[in-house]
Amino acid sequence: MGSLKKNGGAILSRIATNDHHGENSEYFDGWKSYDKDPFHHSRNPCGIIQMGLAENQLCLELIEGWIKDNPKASICTPEGVGQFGDIAIFQDYHGLKEFRQAIAHFMGKARGGRVTFDPERIVMSGGATGANETIMFCLADPGDVFLVPSPYYAAFDRDLRWRTGVEIIPVHCYSSNSFKLTVEAVEWAYKKAQESNKKVKGLILTNPSNPLGTMLDKDTLKNLVRFVTRKNIHLVVDEIYAGTVFAGENFVSVAEVVNNVDSYEVNVDLIHIVYSLSKDMGLPGFRVGIIYSYNDLVVSCARKMSSFGLVSSQTQLMLASMLSDDRFVEIFLTENSRRLKIRHEDYTSGLKKAGITCLTSNAGLFVWMDLRHLLRDRNSFESEIELWHIIIDKVKLNVSPGSSFHCTEPGWFRACFANMDDDTLHAALRRIQAFVSKNHKIVENSSDSDQIVQSNNVKKQKWKQSNLRLSFRRLYEDGLSSPGIMSPRSPLLRT
Amino acid sequence: MKQLSTKVTSNAHGQDSSYFLGWEEYEKNPYDEIKNPNGIIQMGLAENQLCFDLIETWLAKNPDAAGLKKDGQSIFKELALFQDYHGLPEFKKALAEFMEEIRGNRVTFDPSKIVLAAGSTSANETLMFCLAEPGDAFLLPTPYYPGFDRDLKWRTGAEIVPIHCSSSNGFQITESALQQAYQQAQKLDLKVKGVLVTNPSNPLGTMLTRRELNLLVEFITSKNIHLISDEIYSGTVFGFEQFVSVMDVLKDKKLENSEVSKRVHVVYSLSKDLGLPGFRVGAIYSNDEMVVSAATKMSSFGLVSSQTQYLLSALLSDKKFTSTYLDENQKRLKIRQRQLVSGLEAAGVTCLKSNAGLFCWVDMRHLLDTNTFEAELELWKKIVYEVKLNISPGSSCHCTEPGWFRVCFANMSEETLDLAMGRLKEYVESTDSRRSISKSSHERIKSLRKRTVSNWVFRVSWTDRVPDER
Repeated sequence: MGSLKKNGGAILSRIATNDHHGENSEYFDGWKSYDKDPFHHSRNPCGIIQMGLAENQLCLELIEGWIKDNPKASICTPEGVGQFGDIAIFQDYHGLKEFRQAIAHFMGKARGGRVTFDPERIVMSGGATGANETIMFCLADPGDVFLVPSPYYAAFDRDLRWRTGVEIIPVHCYSSNSFKLTVEAVEWAYKKAQESNKKVKGLILTNPSNPLGTMLDKDTLKNLVRFVTRKNIHLVVDEIYAGTVFAGENFVSVAEVVNNVDSYEVNVDLIHIVYSLSKDMGLPGFRVGIIYSYNDLVVSCARKMSSFGLVSSQTQLMLASMLSDDRFVEIFLTENSRRLKIRHEDYTSGLKKAGITCLTSNAGLFVWMDLRHLLRDRNSFESEIELWHIIIDKVKLNVSPGSSFHCTEPGWFRACFANMDDDTLHAALRRIQAFVSKNHKIVENSSDSDQIVQSNNVKKQKWKQSNLRLSFRRLYEDGLSSPGIMSPRSPLLRT
Repeated sequence: MKQLSTKVTSNAHGQDSSYFLGWEEYEKNPYDEIKNPNGIIQMGLAENQLCFDLIETWLAKNPDAAGLKKDGQSIFKELALFQDYHGLPEFKKALAEFMEEIRGNRVTFDPSKIVLAAGSTSANETLMFCLAEPGDAFLLPTPYYPGFDRDLKWRTGAEIVPIHCSSSNGFQITESALQQAYQQAQKLDLKVKGVLVTNPSNPLGTMLTRRELNLLVEFITSKNIHLISDEIYSGTVFGFEQFVSVMDVLKDKKLENSEVSKRVHVVYSLSKDLGLPGFRVGAIYSNDEMVVSAATKMSSFGLVSSQTQYLLSALLSDKKFTSTYLDENQKRLKIRQRQLVSGLEAAGVTCLKSNAGLFCWVDMRHLLDTNTFEAELELWKKIVYEVKLNISPGSSCHCTEPGWFRVCFANMSEETLDLAMGRLKEYVESTDSRRSISKSSHERIKSLRKRTVSNWVFRVSWTDRVPDER
């Protein structure tokens, strides 16, 4: 668990000295490299392009425009300063009533109006980070277990476990069925945990998924709700990407399922939603996290705990005004989807040209890239890390290796596409394409005389892949060193 | 299997205490000059509402800060995306300098040792997570801020062992009280990890003397434990004596870079000095790198909104503003406190001599029927329901002597304070005349009230929800 630091005898807590905050993982090496050599169009055009940051920068100018047009929403402008005193002293952990109403309203709109949320159940928290930790404090005691489908957001290791003492057990999902979560897999993980005498308190999942960008279908969600009800365990659904769905089926919130499943099949006291404005609206700096629970005791307890992470009243006021502006919200949500769709298509079609496919997805701020064919050894995570270092050092992109999301299969990488402008995205694609084609050329030129006519596609593919791997081996043998460890400037939050 | 965590069902959040229950009553019947002139006047809220005009004036003169601009350029996007738990560098620098200014620039604060938190509520809890295991204890002098029961103990599992202070010496901390508390903890089989003091004190409004501070530093040195000094009222000192911070004492004793200095941590916030509790701005200052590192990561659970950091960095970087503000704040607090003290005196009520804070520690022992906490609760009920003032009973602050109440003065207008004092005077005068009722009928009433009070306390302990406050 980590050694206790001795300070002439006075000791710090285990929590302060262990590494359960997760920040010593290799995951952060990419960031450290990026921080040393960040891309900039004019100042550093050969720098590393940051594709490890799940930020949504596509619609910020819409929000900025609204703020300019609505000076009364700010307590600092001449039009709004009259509210300064009242807002400055407001620290009621219920939050501003208008804020709760506006958030509930916005959450409904982000779900296409298919479900409504009760403002009285809205509880504030310090971002979704604070929300996830708080919900664990409410639902589980130290040593209790929560099941989490893998691959999952890297920071869950910190948010769910670090100070709460809760244990996470992954429910593994596989590429063989497109990483879909099945109730059978959950049941199996549940059974296994029980056999080891572990107390499973619930299941927590992100829907739409980070890092996959996919959504749960209605039937699976219904069956999960039925499952947790039968087992009397909790279901926490982190829906922070709900408003990033840009194509295909409508997003199905667990709130919708709660309304549509027979009441004897769902115990609503077990259902909880986590939300935030960090992804849908691209406002991570404003720290707006929300817990929405159907369980009165949990609402009450979480509300008291929200004292540890209330939303700044200045921010509450501004958002209360913005999110109750129906016209703005509609334009925003539509435009957000539209721009994400374009960006997603742009990126995935560019990847295709480089012979790279991604998991089919229709939500999120990232894609789940299949780079297994580029691994030296398909079954090894060392190979994945090697490849990752090549991508950072040679292709000059910071993407996130699947192992940092606890993926069980090497070779998958998450690449974010919404945290940069078009030019940067195209620069990234050009680098990928150039890199792949350069290595293809080396392979073709050197292998002409060795070419054996293959009788089927699989063999051809294997040959191509093995030669690509050979070319990478050259790079591996070029003596790549790991990026030096330096103290991270970027927080764990940026995932 | 129990469905929810033990934290949900325990009452370690402390909100069943009378401190919060008075608020409930206030919420049901709040005083308003025009709309509800007979309502309850809120005197249980340690807010500083005296200097908003200064900030509002500053805002009018500084449109860039208001418009999220820097040198005329919009920085909205940068702020919207800024979630670095190291905090906005300009803000931490300005905050460090503000803290120095409050201490007469006698000590320096290094911005890299500051960790931002969502209010001092979060700062205190975070420090507990860093310094104590579940079951470890911190010693706190009584009376202390009721919210500490929640902030220090609830989710951390830490324990509080009181250092008993008494009116016999103005509630100052003595060496024997410290040793007694330490031994008591040992008797209870609790490992003492440190001492936490609020300086200036809530609820006393007094500052720790040099003697007490020296005593504390010597104590933690000999026991090899931590000292947390919650200095959130440091900018509310309005008397002739200057505020002495634990940092002053470390400097004077030439202990600034010593081992012991690593075990001294300061908590700060802008909720009291600047009157901005809604903005959730707290800070931990520590000389221990590991504490800074761990606390910084933990601040992820409660970062300060970037737009708020930006606004405040501009405000606090304006040295002309900060020096005018601190000066004016001091003046207005002094006048308002004097108004409360003389109003109390006119009602025949005295209070502990104080020169800081947003409240007075009022001595109403002579108004108790008996020297018991039941009597204190009875008196408190009367003051809430009959006198229509919400004040905080000493028992909610863990005071060991019945009859003391905390009364706030900086969260209302002069007129409202006058009115409150008038009501109190009336009540005391009528009580004096009522005391000439025969003793036997008085005894009868007393035992009836005792039963009623305990029923009432039991009933209201199940109610939920009260705003969060100091």
